[in-house]
Amino acid sequence: MIEVKDVRFIYPTGVEALRGVSLTIRDGEFVAIMGSNGAGKTTLVKHFNGLLKPTKGDILVDGVNTRKESIAHLARRVGFVFQNPDHQLFCETAEEEIAFALKNFGFDEATVGTRANWALNLLDIEQYRQTSPFMLSGGERKRLALASVLAWDPKVVVLDEPTIGQDFEQKEKLRQFIVQLNAQGKTVVVVTHDVEFVADCAPRVVLMAEGKIVADGEAKEILTNKELAFKASIVPPQITQILLGLADFGLPTDIIDVHEAGKLLLSFLKEEVVL
Amino acid sequence: MSVFEGFRFRRVSSSIHRLDPRVKFLYVLVIFGIAIAFFEVLPLIFLFLIQIPFVLVASVQREWIRSLKGASFLASFIFIVNFALAYFGGTYPTSMSPWEYPLAMSLRFLVLVESFSVFFLTTSPDHLSLALEQSHVPYEFCFAFTTAVRFVPVLAEEAQTIMDAQKARGLELERGNFLKRVRNYIPVLIPLIVSAIRRSLELAETMESRAWGATKKRTNLYVLKMKSADYVMIAVSIGLLILGIYIRLSISIPSLTMLLT
Repeated sequence: MIEVKDVRFIYPTGVEALRGVSLTIRDGEFVAIMGSNGAGKTTLVKHFNGLLKPTKGDILVDGVNTRKESIAHLARRVGFVFQNPDHQLFCETAEEEIAFALKNFGFDEATVGTRANWALNLLDIEQYRQTSPFMLSGGERKRLALASVLAWDPKVVVLDEPTIGQDFEQKEKLRQFIVQLNAQGKTVVVVTHDVEFVADCAPRVVLMAEGKIVADGEAKEILTNKELAFKASIVPPQITQILLGLADFGLPTDIIDVHEAGKLLLSFLKEEVVL
Repeated sequence: MSVFEGFRFRRVSSSIHRLDPRVKFLYVLVIFGIAIAFFEVLPLIFLFLIQIPFVLVASVQREWIRSLKGASFLASFIFIVNFALAYFGGTYPTSMSPWEYPLAMSLRFLVLVESFSVFFLTTSPDHLSLALEQSHVPYEFCFAFTTAVRFVPVLAEEAQTIMDAQKARGLELERGNFLKRVRNYIPVLIPLIVSAIRRSLELAETMESRAWGATKKRTNLYVLKMKSADYVMIAVSIGLLILGIYIRLSISIPSLTMLLT
């Protein structure tokens, strides 16, 4: 469980990135943090594993104040997958890459082996066990980065912009994987701009703008709210935009699921045609 | 990374920023020369102080203090090494206490950092490139130089991100003995070097796609021209140089030790 208590954060350059953020993320929750560039999303999640310490306020991870713990200790609980996998890959083979973090956390040799195997299989990259990470494609590198974090089985997984630069197939795979991970009881925090991706996953959405949380609730109610979306410079999912445009015909506008909207539109058209 | 901050140019306008970069470079060279010529504390303190008005006029004091903070570690290292040599080896001028000469050495270092910091803080990379070009340095070299200068802060930022990424995987940079600590930086250096190479290849491609080097003789949109303030600055610099040489050759400077006793 992560508790954020009235956190302010000012970068050494003087930029105030967080202006009083309070938030509680419970065990097993799936949270998407959304908002425009520079809203403070990444700054906020970097506090969860202690990479940044609040200028004011406190962050508690499982009841432990992040000020009093080393990053390595916190990282054991909170796994962080960075936006660009090239910022972390450096080993000669994919297997060593996964083993790196495990060795840092002091797992014994046998456990490192089994866990690395498990993670390679989990992300469907076991055929690249002996391949250099630099030879892998973008999507594979991303999955390797994810595998290297999941290998140590952190309670919370934070993903920073997981869908950027991924084709549809990779994105869909990733989505299914994340949903499955959450279903197995892991707390998942995703930082993203990708409205369609969030609409498909339907998690709890925390909307940020200018270093503050402006909304917090179900994906369905937040993504369909035009004023909120404008404030945080995101656009509602395309299917919601259609329904918002058809609002005059008495159609509901609080729908983000494509299948649900499809059925609704179909029955609406049938009625219209019959009339 | 605070040292890099102290050399990063910010686009502001002040009379110092508008000076001709060649003139500013002359001034830095004069300060450099005088600082090397003196090993007494008093003139070095003087050299350190006369640059503060420049910093204030250019209103870069925050960055300037940051560069000094960054340099203070190395300055104290210089002091300790020199002090150890002076104290145990007895290699210092007889008119001074063993602490005075090491103090002068670290002051000299600070003066050099200070003057270069003022130069880089108030000179845009574009101006620097123009100055080099108009001094008839081949354009390829000018371009390579300014690109290198421009990419230092970018790389510093990237190094920070990579460090964060590896710390998030349980890497503890500060742990272990000296050798272990050096080895701890391998997971940071490899991604940094790979991405720097990748970045430079991309830069080369984007430049070639914009016809870089298509014409042999380039012309510039802006041309540097000396203004009256520049001539004043040249006079000040040369005056300082003459003064420095005169004092060095004909006046014996009292050491702090002599003044204090």
